Amino acid sequence: MSSATATTAAGYVAGLLFGLGLAVSGMTDPARVLGFLDIAGAWDPTLMFVLGGAVITTFIGYRLVYMRGRPLFGNSFQLPSKQELDVKLLGGAALFGIGWGLSGYCPGPAIASLGGPSLPLLALLVAMVGGWFIAKRC
Amino acid sequence: MDWTASLQGLVGGVLIGLSAVWLMGSLGRIAGISGIVGGLITQRPKGDSAWRLAFLAGLVSGPLVVMAVGGGLGNVANVPGAVIGEPAGGVPLMLLAGLLVGLGTGLGSGCTSGHGVCGLARLAPRSMAATAMFLVAAIVTVYVVRHLLGGGV
Repeated sequence: MSSATATTAAGYVAGLLFGLGLAVSGMTDPARVLGFLDIAGAWDPTLMFVLGGAVITTFIGYRLVYMRGRPLFGNSFQLPSKQELDVKLLGGAALFGIGWGLSGYCPGPAIASLGGPSLPLLALLVAMVGGWFIAKRC
Repeated sequence: MDWTASLQGLVGGVLIGLSAVWLMGSLGRIAGISGIVGGLITQRPKGDSAWRLAFLAGLVSGPLVVMAVGGGLGNVANVPGAVIGEPAGGVPLMLLAGLLVGLGTGLGSGCTSGHGVCGLARLAPRSMAATAMFLVAAIVTVYVVRHLLGGGV
């Protein structure tokens, strides 16, 4: 298997696992997400279990993977090195949170929901891509 | 409490974690959706686009596989067995929300997956701060829309 084939296949497997996880957990349902964010209403704890399961699995798995020293199909682990908190990070996170709270969609579930398309979902995806282009120019 | 929904959340969360671990172990990359897909669309990096496109294809095919397998493995609230839920509003609201999600994750260098899952697992200070910020902003937004304005969301 050539390295280009291997990296492409590895990318697909990662995306598939991610999409399966979003579907099984119910994160492809904005009502579940909004139910979690609505702490003053009929609170839905599902997202807490999703995030908890994902973070604990990743916390343990990353440490096992780092022991090998390098990735299977690459030369090094590409990790963000920036440490300082700045206005761009926190302002961006705040804007994202408002959009997330208005729609119940963050990028993963929004894209993964393309299998059940609707006009509002497509509108959100087009605007999201537009937002990415604007952010790149900032 | 709906224990089945919570258990499915946990199982799905572990799958998402395995995806992140696999991507780090195989390609040495953070499993951040806004970074992977946003980078693919806005930069089309030479020699670094094929795996991103494959990841995107996998992400979309995941729910389709769950639908094809059947057996009620979806976890949509109040719709037993459904895999993909309905949007919570119409086109105008989704345009506004989408713009904020794109702009915010672009400026803030990450979303729920990159900061929330991978960043927290790495105990990265920037990701912890970003996650706290977008969670609080989202909770406040839902409170304002549902309880102060009494809107339809």
